[in-house]
Amino acid sequence: MSERLYAIEVEVNGARRAAEVPVRMSLVDWLRDELRLTGTHVGCEHGICGACSVMLDGEPVRSCLMYAVQANGHRVTTVEGLAKPDGSMSALQDAFCETHGLQCGYCTSGMLIAAQALLDANPDPTGEQIRDAIGGNLCRCTGYQQIVEAVELAARRVRAK
Amino acid sequence: MSEYRYIGRKRRTKEDPRFVSGRGRYVADVALPGMKHVALVASPHASARIVAIDAKPALAMPGVLAVVTGEEFCAGTDSLATGVDAPRLTRFALAKDVVRYAGEWVAAVVADTRALAEDAAERVEVEYEPLPHVIDAERAMAAGAPLVHPAHGSNVILHKRFVWGPVDEAFAKAQHKLAFRATWGRSATVPIETFGVAAQWNAGTEILDVWASIQMPKYPDQVARALRLPGNAVRVHYDVDVGGSYGVKRGLKHTVLVGYLARKLGHPVRFIEDRLENMRGGDMQGPDRFFDMQVAFDSDGTLRAWKIRAVDDVGAYAGRAPFQLGKPITAICGPYRIPAVEYDATSVLTNKTPQEAVRGFGQSPTNFAMERCVDRVADFLTMDRIELRRKNLIRKEQFPYTIPSGSTYDSGDYHAVLDKALAAIDYPALVRARDEARKRGKLAGIGISTCLEPSGGNSAFEVLLNPKNETTTWMDSCLVRVDLAGSVTGVMNTSSSGQGHESLVSTVIGEVLERDPSSVRVVRADSLQALPSNSPVGSRMAIMLGGAAAGAAKRIRETLVAIAAHNFECAPEDLEYRGGDVALKGAPDRKLTWDQLVEIAHRKFHRMPPDVEPGLQAKFVWEVPTGGALPDAQGRVQIYPCYSFEAHLVYVEIDPDTGKPSLGRYVCGHDCGVMINPDIVHGMTCGGIAHGIGAALYEKFSYTEDGQLAAGTFMDYLLPSAMEVPPLAIVDHCTPSPLTTFGQKGSGEAGYLGAPAAIASAVNDALAPLRAAIDTLPMSHLAIWKAIDAARHPERSEGSPMARS
Repeated sequence: MSERLYAIEVEVNGARRAAEVPVRMSLVDWLRDELRLTGTHVGCEHGICGACSVMLDGEPVRSCLMYAVQANGHRVTTVEGLAKPDGSMSALQDAFCETHGLQCGYCTSGMLIAAQALLDANPDPTGEQIRDAIGGNLCRCTGYQQIVEAVELAARRVRAK
Repeated sequence: MSEYRYIGRKRRTKEDPRFVSGRGRYVADVALPGMKHVALVASPHASARIVAIDAKPALAMPGVLAVVTGEEFCAGTDSLATGVDAPRLTRFALAKDVVRYAGEWVAAVVADTRALAEDAAERVEVEYEPLPHVIDAERAMAAGAPLVHPAHGSNVILHKRFVWGPVDEAFAKAQHKLAFRATWGRSATVPIETFGVAAQWNAGTEILDVWASIQMPKYPDQVARALRLPGNAVRVHYDVDVGGSYGVKRGLKHTVLVGYLARKLGHPVRFIEDRLENMRGGDMQGPDRFFDMQVAFDSDGTLRAWKIRAVDDVGAYAGRAPFQLGKPITAICGPYRIPAVEYDATSVLTNKTPQEAVRGFGQSPTNFAMERCVDRVADFLTMDRIELRRKNLIRKEQFPYTIPSGSTYDSGDYHAVLDKALAAIDYPALVRARDEARKRGKLAGIGISTCLEPSGGNSAFEVLLNPKNETTTWMDSCLVRVDLAGSVTGVMNTSSSGQGHESLVSTVIGEVLERDPSSVRVVRADSLQALPSNSPVGSRMAIMLGGAAAGAAKRIRETLVAIAAHNFECAPEDLEYRGGDVALKGAPDRKLTWDQLVEIAHRKFHRMPPDVEPGLQAKFVWEVPTGGALPDAQGRVQIYPCYSFEAHLVYVEIDPDTGKPSLGRYVCGHDCGVMINPDIVHGMTCGGIAHGIGAALYEKFSYTEDGQLAAGTFMDYLLPSAMEVPPLAIVDHCTPSPLTTFGQKGSGEAGYLGAPAAIASAVNDALAPLRAAIDTLPMSHLAIWKAIDAARHPERSEGSPMARS
């Protein structure tokens, strides 16, 4: 059984990526296995844990629940695309390091995507709004405390600039 | 202020930058040229005979390399070890002849891609003949129950009874006695990364290379034995980041299977569990235990003795899991002065997914049962729960304190930690808030627990529960190397799953050598190059890896001083080590610098002392402090060396119409001795609390009557999100351990060991005005609602509805 391939063109982290993919290939598999962007992780493959979160045109989505063909013509940002243009850490990434808002790192990419999307829309979120924004991303290591602190710190620092 | 320059101070971890930039390297990121992929065929029955397997349609599909069944696999490999003394129990990755639980792996399909392997797995036709099954521990122990392993002759694989101290006398003399059952539901740590393993057989060197998401003591040895390979033919690469484990990532059967396939096929093979494979057939569910508790006490609240009967449903196979009944022996009277204890522990086989080690290794369920006992005594005496604890907690001046089961608690100040937590939460204000909420018609409660966290284990419970096992060491090691350029590298010998061991090792080495920890690189040897390690289990790495790294660094420091002494022709005592330079005492200008000393060690043998090796490296293998002894005739042995303490306080409000609990303020007073990195300790403690919230309120691997796992996805196995976990405040206290290098104790299981008990206490306090109580975890919304409903409508009650939900 040879699978039928479809041509897609997606802007991934600012670069145009053209490919031919089987229709049933998930977006996360395409990002990880074909583009080797392994910073996006697979946790549950049924849309609950949020580890696979990426931004689609600036909105967080579950890349395990999307097919790669559905991203055709869209803009995708993964954790690898969050750094500043010079490659240094973004304010949010730096704040996660400052508060130790992670342990094993597995949910971290999705957390960063969810939190960055929040900060892009709301530069001064309350603690409750932060918890709401990351409420669809499960973490088993941190109990969320130092993640919330990281997002608060990043928001404070960006606003102070 | 701390006496240390790096230890205990705020310091960013070494690991975080690679994770926030998406540059971690997990097993699913390991891509080997020509790699093939595995999907599994799983049993739909809890118990059945395998009549026939037809793999031909699957094998005919393009891209499919092999379908391996239990028939072939069991002939080509040896059984995994069973920890307890049950020699007739065998355990293989693939079932042969019979299946013993729903989800058990029956065949493995290897194909070019995971998707093709899954397609083909659906075409493997298996014919089963269903057999009787049993999924309840008490029914499994009863006469006539279906036997999970008929060759063993019973479903009981472990039964031990210990009596430490004058238990019967204490019960006879006590003014009051209480008896009740506390039940801990089957949950687990359920990391966000499932288990995965990749393996490659090199026919030229005859070495099997393994990359795995592993946290497992003696893993390479067990993999090699099962594959009938010499120990030095398995090379485990520990430089794989593990996406969470908290105990469960043991993956032995997965590894033996993938190793076998890689060797058979001559291709690298990788298996990454999908979520259902992980939850159902991955053998990573946790303790499933009930406790029949009896306690003897006096009217003034003095606890005199307790009897604990623990029965644990271990599932269909057993590795180390039954030992989770053993670790609690090292803290069997909790933080209390209880002079006599009886402990009766039984591990029972059922047709459920096998159990694996879970954070705390059986301590958290036991703490829950003991704390329910203390709360029930307080309720019986109408005595304040905090006063009762204060009365019975071991006092500061009584340390070191030896408990009836033979372990000595190293140090502590439990009253001070409890008082700090009470002050931090403003306990009188919390009581007022609860009482006001009750006036508004809410069910409101305050939870309290005071629990121990035994740490740094030497695994002596193995000997206690299996007399054929004489394990008395559980060492760990570190190698420190200073290269010609003067850079320092610490080599550790195991993988990590988020505990920040690279930060630990670099901080400790930096402290001893007085060099900036950020300049110290930490790498991991593979298992063929590694010094002995027993992996990060039992809250042991701050103690054991920290102690080993300090020991190795001290040897480097001593060597540098010896080189300087030889060159200055003086005694080492006449010299002073400062920041890596060595100077004559009282003459700081007369010194050899770090660079000069390193140069001598690497190049100038003529300037080296005669008895010192050239080059500059040192290893240190550390035995667990207080370890090394076998139990005495009464079953008394020191199991863990160090005892951290945690006092939890939590506020809960329950919606009386739905049973839904909402957690409010949460404070955990915590004493784990000297913290090496406070951010890491606080993070793990908060994570442990969140995990405990899950175990207490949400998480359960439920089974249907016909033995099907009814919670195989995150839609029915509920992990707490940021909306269920309230803001958490950790209040530190420090009682150094006298047994460790810097006074540190373990903390990897912190939070989890006291949170379920505290939340159970809070829910029961909330239900107290209704005279309702729940002693079963998890306390789901439904279970709480049923308890409320039964209390309000006793005429509708039929027995104990909450015990069944």
